[in-house]
Amino acid sequence: MSVPVSWYLMLAAAMFAIGTAGALTRRNGITIFLSIELMLNSVNLTLISYSRLLDDRTGQVIVLFVLAVAAAEAAVGLALFIALYRHRRTIDVDRVNLMRW
Amino acid sequence: MSVQTIAMLVKLGAFLIVLLTIIPVMVWVERRGGAMMQDRPGPNRLGPFGLLQPLADAGKFIFKEDITPSESDRLLYLLAPVLALIPAFSTFVVIPLGPTIEIAGVQVPMMVAPAETGVLLFLALASLGVYSLVIAGYASNNKYSLLGSIRASAQMISYELALTLSVVAVLLPVGSFRLDRVVEYQIDGVWNIIPQIIGFVVFLIAAFAETNRLPFDLPEAESELVAGYHTEYSAMRFACFFMAEYAAMTVLSALAVTLYLGGWHLPGVDLASMGILGVVIGAAVLLAKVGAFLFFFVWVRWSFPRFRYDQLMAIGWKGLLPLAIINLIWVAAASLAGWL
Amino acid sequence: MELAIFLIFSALAVVSALVVVTHRDPVKSTLSLVVTLFSTGVLFLLLGAPFVGVLQVLVYTGAIVVLFLFVVMLLNLQREARSEGGGRLQRVFAIAGALAFLATSGVAIWRSAAGTAVGALQQDFVSLTAFATELFDRFLLPFEIIGLLLLVAVIAAYVLARRPEGSVAAAIDEHHAGSGAGGSEVTR
Repeated sequence: MSVPVSWYLMLAAAMFAIGTAGALTRRNGITIFLSIELMLNSVNLTLISYSRLLDDRTGQVIVLFVLAVAAAEAAVGLALFIALYRHRRTIDVDRVNLMRW
Repeated sequence: MSVQTIAMLVKLGAFLIVLLTIIPVMVWVERRGGAMMQDRPGPNRLGPFGLLQPLADAGKFIFKEDITPSESDRLLYLLAPVLALIPAFSTFVVIPLGPTIEIAGVQVPMMVAPAETGVLLFLALASLGVYSLVIAGYASNNKYSLLGSIRASAQMISYELALTLSVVAVLLPVGSFRLDRVVEYQIDGVWNIIPQIIGFVVFLIAAFAETNRLPFDLPEAESELVAGYHTEYSAMRFACFFMAEYAAMTVLSALAVTLYLGGWHLPGVDLASMGILGVVIGAAVLLAKVGAFLFFFVWVRWSFPRFRYDQLMAIGWKGLLPLAIINLIWVAAASLAGWL
Repeated sequence: MELAIFLIFSALAVVSALVVVTHRDPVKSTLSLVVTLFSTGVLFLLLGAPFVGVLQVLVYTGAIVVLFLFVVMLLNLQREARSEGGGRLQRVFAIAGALAFLATSGVAIWRSAAGTAVGALQQDFVSLTAFATELFDRFLLPFEIIGLLLLVAVIAAYVLARRPEGSVAAAIDEHHAGSGAGGSEVTR
C-alpha cells in the first residue's frame, strides 16, 4: 500500500508545531536555534511532499536553496552566540535584556 | 524473493566477511610490517611469524576490565563506540566488486546499493563519523579527551572538503555519481590516476587525515594527549574504535582504488564478458589493490613524524583545498576541450 | 514496505523532535536533532528526492549540526535550570498556539486533495540529470545568488566571532600568527 502524501504533510505540520512551541518556550539560546532548524526542516518536508504530489521538481530545487540558507543562518547565528557569550557569559535569552523596558 | 534481493544479501555477506577478516590481518601487518621497517623483530612468540597475535589481541580486548569514568555522561559514553562503527561499516555499499553480470535475465550490478547517488551516499555516511569523535571526547569528562576530540573533529571536517572536491573532479568527465560507471569510464580510457594525479595526491593526503593516521594523528598521539578522544575507553569499547579505524581505512582505500586505479579492472583482460568468473577475478584484483593501498598506509605511518596541529590545519585549508580546486578547474577545462 | 519505512522513520522523527525541544541538556538536544534530520532525509528518499535526501544528511547533519555541537561544547553550556516563574503564561500560550496551528493545518490537509493516491515514482522524476537540468536552467540566478549569500555568511561569521581588539587572547593569537612560520628559530 502506498503512503498518501497527506500523511507526510501532517508529519511536517506536527514537526513545525513542535518547533514553534520549542522556540517560544525555551530560554537557552541554542535550543531556540535548534527549534528553528526543526521548523526549517519541516518546511523542507512540506516542499518535497508537494513536489511529489504535483509531479513538479521545483519543490526539490527550492529545498536545496533552503538548505543553503539554513547553513548560512546557522553560521552567522552561532557566531553571534559566541560573541554574546564573550560579553555576557550567558546564552539565557531571559538575561540578555539590556534593551528591554 | 527476487533475484535482486538474493544477490544483494550475497553481496552484503561477502563484503562484511571480507571487511571483518581484513581487520585482524591489518593488526598483524601493522605490527609486523612496522617492526620490519624499524629493523626489529616485532611480535614473534605466538604462532609462526607471530600470526596468532591478532587472536591474542582479541582475547585481551574481551577479557579486560570494563571501566566507566565516574562523572561521565553515561548514555553518551556508551553511545560513542557504537556510533564509530556505523559509518565505517555502512559506507562500503557503493563500491562495485566486479562487472555487472546477468543472472536469470536480470542485470545485477555488483554493488550492495546501486543507487543513483552512489559516491554522495558514501560521503554522507562518512560525514557521520565526526559524531563519535565529538561525543567520545565530551562524554569522558576528561580535559585531554575533550581537547583531543575537538582537534580530531575539526581536522576531520576540514579535510572532508578537499576529499569531496577531488571526488567531484573524478565524477565530472564520467557524468554520473555511480561508481560502476566510473570504473567503466576508466576501462574505456586510462586509469584516472594519470590525468588527475593532483587529485589523487589530494585524495590520498585527505584520506590519511580523515582516518586520523600518521602523519595526521596528533589528536590521538600518545606523547601529546595520552590517547586523545578514546583515553577513557578500555576493553571492547576501545576495540570498537580500533576496528572502526581499520574499517574506515579499508573502505577509503577501496574508494581511492575505484576512483583512481580502475577498481576491479585488470588491464588487458575483458572481465565483463566472463560472467561469475569475471566477478570473482575482479573481486580478487580489487582486494589486491586495496591491500597494496593498506600497506602504503602502514608504510607511511612508520616512516614520517607527525604534524603539529596548526601545521595540520594550515595544510588542510591553505594547501589541499586550493590544490583540489585547481584540479577541478583543470579537469573541467579538459572535459570541455574533449581530452577527458 | 514503504509503509513500514514511513512509520518507523516518522515515529523516530516526531519522538526526537520532542526530545529536542524538551530536554534540559543542550548536547542531548543537538544529538536528537541529528536523529530528526536523518529520519527526514530518509523520508525525502521515500518521496522521490534522492539527491536532496542524501544532501540533507551530508550538509545538514554532517556539517551544520556539528557546528552547533562545537559551539555547545566550546561554551560549555550547562543544563538549563528550572525557570523562575514569570514565563508560565507565555509557555501555556505557546503550546496552545502550536496545537491550534496543528489542528488547523490538519483539518486543511484532510480536506484538501492531498489524500488522493499518487502514481508510482517515475524514473524521469527521480533522475539526477533532470534535477540538475532544472537547477542550472530555470534556477541559475538563485543558484549564483546563494553562492554569494554563503560568501557573505562566511565573512560575517568570521567578523562576529573574532576576538575583540586589545584583549589578552587576541595578543596571543597575533604572537602565534607572527612567529608561527618562524617558530623554529626560537629553538635554535
